[in-house]
Amino acid sequence: MAAPLPLSGGLLSRPLAWSRRHLFNSPTNAVMTVVVLWLLWATIPPVVDWALLKAVWVGDPAACRAAGGACWAFVGQKYRLILFGIYPYEEQWRPLLAIVLFIVLMLVSAHPASWRRWLFWLWLSGLALVALLMWGGVAGLPFVANDRWGGLPLTLVLSTSGIVLSFPLAVLLALGRRSRLPAVRAASIAYIELWRGVPLVSVLFMASIMFPLFLPEGVTIDKLLRAQLGIILFTAAYVAEAVRGGLQAIPRGQAEAAEALGLGYWQKTRLIILPQALRLVIPPLVGQFITTFKDTSLVIIIGLYDLLSSTKVALSDPQWRGFYVEGYIAAAGIYFLFTFSMSRYSQYLERRLNRGRI
Amino acid sequence: MPSDEIVIALRDVNKWYGSFHALRDVSLAVHRGERVVVAGPSGSGKSTMIRCINRLEEHQAGAITVNGVELTSDVKSVEAVRRDVGMVFQQFNLFPHLTVLENLTLAPIWVKKMRRSEATDLAMSYLTRVKIREHADKYPGQLSGGQQQRVAIARSLCMKPSIMLFDEPTSALDPEMIKEVLDVMVELAEDGMTMVCVTHEMGFARQVADSVVFMAEGQIVETAPPAEFFAHPKEERTRQFLSQIIRH
Repeated sequence: MAAPLPLSGGLLSRPLAWSRRHLFNSPTNAVMTVVVLWLLWATIPPVVDWALLKAVWVGDPAACRAAGGACWAFVGQKYRLILFGIYPYEEQWRPLLAIVLFIVLMLVSAHPASWRRWLFWLWLSGLALVALLMWGGVAGLPFVANDRWGGLPLTLVLSTSGIVLSFPLAVLLALGRRSRLPAVRAASIAYIELWRGVPLVSVLFMASIMFPLFLPEGVTIDKLLRAQLGIILFTAAYVAEAVRGGLQAIPRGQAEAAEALGLGYWQKTRLIILPQALRLVIPPLVGQFITTFKDTSLVIIIGLYDLLSSTKVALSDPQWRGFYVEGYIAAAGIYFLFTFSMSRYSQYLERRLNRGRI
Repeated sequence: MPSDEIVIALRDVNKWYGSFHALRDVSLAVHRGERVVVAGPSGSGKSTMIRCINRLEEHQAGAITVNGVELTSDVKSVEAVRRDVGMVFQQFNLFPHLTVLENLTLAPIWVKKMRRSEATDLAMSYLTRVKIREHADKYPGQLSGGQQQRVAIARSLCMKPSIMLFDEPTSALDPEMIKEVLDVMVELAEDGMTMVCVTHEMGFARQVADSVVFMAEGQIVETAPPAEFFAHPKEERTRQFLSQIIRH
């Protein structure tokens, strides 16, 4: 192997020699270097020009159209619609507070030191508080029906509940798939394969259109709740397979040692097997959670106004027609903020949990 | 000295893995306080037999009775037996996500419902006994093989078992660590623990065993006190085995 070449020092002190050695040391590399430089030159200046130099930050649609750059003024004008959907304008401090609550809950749960029983109760009361804020109807808050919920709070409600509530079900399914009881194993396999075999879009359609047909007359289940249930049941099948991968990686000796000490099945599973198995599957679990977070945007097809749908509503304003790129960049930025935090967090968690252990 | 009371009784035990006949009509009686060493070539069924005693393996024919409880598919009987029978494995099988101390206190707290402080005191006393007290807060991965195996022995002892099973406890150890583990086992034997030990350590067998059981091809070929076993093996198969493993 070649010795590592000094990169920064050589580049700064003797740029010509450095680039001859690193960028033009063979005909292929020379061509590649030229092509890449051309691509950078062709793309970066126009993007900077559009997004920053010619952009309109404050102003009306006419100013935007005249400038020819990005119309960030559109985002500035419509951010409340994008963030909160068609939630009553004067009451939008409530969804804002709900978002803050969600973020606080996530931050508190992120630290392993808070993985105690109280965290469960914290989440329960946190979610109750979110529901109270969003619905209102008590303590002087006007009632807001959940068909007017929208934007980021709806995305957070759907994805967080989808992730948190699918997880216990997924663990049971993963254990069931490895059970020695044939009926339990068959049921788990059937569940997992069935739900993995259908696209989420069709699950949401079923939940929204087909499911009500099967209910007895007079019984209605809220559309949001149906979509939420669909997301939970769907996600559980995928998470179950990730968890099963972890279960399979635990050596047989761990279970045997636990059994030999007299631990029963649930004690063995909860105290010995799961803590080790789940640590192994943090990367695929987080991958699945990121997918679920983004997939909640599919509720657009059944008429729920999540973050992406409310962006679309904002874009349908005839005055501001045509600023799609700006609108979707803003929405993508919000999604990215959450998903990137999740993936950074998973890296932190892996490092931390592996400290001082095999 | 072993008493007359039989605490482990195997009667015509048979076990198959698919079509492979792993145990053939194995019968064995172990008395309270007796130290039994099980020897034999690999694949002879020694580990399978010892693992049947706490039902990590199920036998398909015959009867196994431990402390008067017959092992059946009934979970209650299995758990009752396991609470009273400790086991030490070749691969230690410590729980890598728990500290040494937590490894020891886990079963007393969850199985025996002991208070945490009480379980900690108990664990520390056993850690002292296996001379590993200063490592209580480390994780198993930070210890040497010999230290891990001593922790594993202490972990079993924390459940105050009346019988200890050892399944090749020194086979995965580097040579220089074998002695520290055997020392702990000898001490345990001197305290009068009932022990069944699958091992290739013939020195250990000579020193502490009351009887040596020799197995081959799933059968018990010969059972004798160590002096007799090593000096005058009755069976040809035994002589052959001894000539292979004892190199002076």
